[in-house]
Amino acid sequence: MLKVNNLNVSYGAIHAIHDVSLHVEEGEIVTLIGANGAGKTTILHTITGLKKAASGDVLLYDNNLLKTEPSKIISLGMAHVPEGRHVFPTMTVEENLEMGAYIFNSKDDIKVGIKDVYQRFPRLKERSKQLAGTLSGGEQQMLAVGRAIMSKPKILLMDEPSMGLSPILVKEIFSIIEEVHNQGITILLVEQNAKMALSIADRAYVLETGHIKMEGDAKELMDNDDVRKAYLGV
Amino acid sequence: MLNVSLFIQSIVNGLNQGAVYALVALGYTMVYGIIRMINFAHGDFIMVGGYTLFYTIPLMVNAGMPAWMSVIIAIAVCTIVGVAVERIAYKPVRGAGSMSALITALAMSLFLENLALVLFGANPKSVPAIFNLPMIDFAGAKLPGKALITLVIGLAIMLLLQIFIKFTKLGKAMRAVPQDKQASTLVGINVNKIITITFAIGSALAAVAALMYCSTYPRANTEMGVMLGLKAFIAAVLGGIGIIPGAMLGGIIVGLVEIFVKVYLAPGWYEAITYGILIVVLLVKPTGILGKNIGEKV
Ligand SMILES: Nc1ncnc2c1ncn2[C@@H]1O[C@H](COP(=O)(O)OP(=O)(O)OP(=O)(O)O)[C@@H](O)[C@H]1O
Ligand SMILES: [Mg+2]
Repeated sequence: MLKVNNLNVSYGAIHAIHDVSLHVEEGEIVTLIGANGAGKTTILHTITGLKKAASGDVLLYDNNLLKTEPSKIISLGMAHVPEGRHVFPTMTVEENLEMGAYIFNSKDDIKVGIKDVYQRFPRLKERSKQLAGTLSGGEQQMLAVGRAIMSKPKILLMDEPSMGLSPILVKEIFSIIEEVHNQGITILLVEQNAKMALSIADRAYVLETGHIKMEGDAKELMDNDDVRKAYLGV
Repeated sequence: MLNVSLFIQSIVNGLNQGAVYALVALGYTMVYGIIRMINFAHGDFIMVGGYTLFYTIPLMVNAGMPAWMSVIIAIAVCTIVGVAVERIAYKPVRGAGSMSALITALAMSLFLENLALVLFGANPKSVPAIFNLPMIDFAGAKLPGKALITLVIGLAIMLLLQIFIKFTKLGKAMRAVPQDKQASTLVGINVNKIITITFAIGSALAAVAALMYCSTYPRANTEMGVMLGLKAFIAAVLGGIGIIPGAMLGGIIVGLVEIFVKVYLAPGWYEAITYGILIVVLLVKPTGILGKNIGEKV
């Protein structure tokens, strides 16, 4: 459903992404792992139009995303949980969720969507009138996921959802990802926590300084010696 | 002994003046909130409104309509000018750094003033009466009807704006964009469109401010927006720049302080005292009265 072909991205003179190709099929969890500065965020930003590409193609179904106005991409069925959560800090939890459904007009549908999110994240319900900027890191991450789900996406891009969370919360976030996936949402997951990511993914790509170094079945990559040394600390 | 009638008059005049500042301050603060830029040409939008009123009120009156209806034309003209300034001058330098934006805004301000000089000449124009209302007796005080009506208009517009920003979808988008442009784009908000709408609303408010101002000081000249703009800017900073209720509060405070210093202390000192208050507030609370540093976890 999502295809990235020969993507190149630069920041001024810095060539951050080199000829990257990857694809995600309906129903998969695909993970993109790599060290700090490898270019994971840059790839996701380019897919959702936050960053311009130098060359290449990004296709969602038949839509060329590089030629799509960035704010229209969510209407095509792709939501993005950005690195660092990016909740709206001086809006309440509930307002943040409403903003997630910005592309919809029916107030009743939005209410149903909020109810669904609250069911999944009871902690958000308790804090529905609290300003998002005052939530804990874990709660903000839940809110960011909840907000993305409000747009009823077919595919969800997630950028390091486990970053900065305690081990217990990391587990919780990963079980949330699996739950979301079980509801029929395809997932492209960017992670530095390679062990967790590989354990829930179907396929994986390993990114090193802007190049795809390896790709394949997640379980196989978990047993690969290079991956074990570089990313699993074994 | 306090002269009650003078006191009430001063309150009404102060609120009236304050509402003018508040409407203009809203324009500064909304634009700053979104693109972190001080639109120095904003004060000149009032001048555009002033001249529009001067030229269109006679037409309205000839057509048998009330003079104040000219404000509708003024709103349209100011909105067009505001949006054009944003599109033609500001949008191309967005992302080029705050110094470029600042210089562009100053240049736009000078451009508008000099364009007006060429088009309308240096002599001030006398704006015809906007409201023909009698003096109204209130608790022993005689209050000009036009001051009361403009005060009511100003407060009503601020209330409507609050409701709009708080509860409508577009209003929520206007709040979301200043908080996080990236997240706004991701949820489907067209940030450029919101910026344009913000300029449109700010300019429309300047047109209403021009109506209120000209009903009390019925004169249009090329520099009328300069001092007004500066005071409104101070009001916006005083209340907390980028914060909408802050602009309203700051405007009302500056208006009241100005009138009360004029009436009760020393007429020549009101500007010095207004600036003094600004400096003291900023020393105590650099983010302005309503400014807060909310803990943003990243
Ligand atoms: N705005 C920018 N300007 C210049 N260079 C940038 C910018 N953003 C990223 N880069 C560079 O591009 C490269 C890739 O960065 P990116 O943020 O995509 O990495 P990442 O894999 O997401 O890293 P992390 O795991 O730390 O989030 C890095 O070398 C980074 O320094
Ligand atoms: Mg990253």
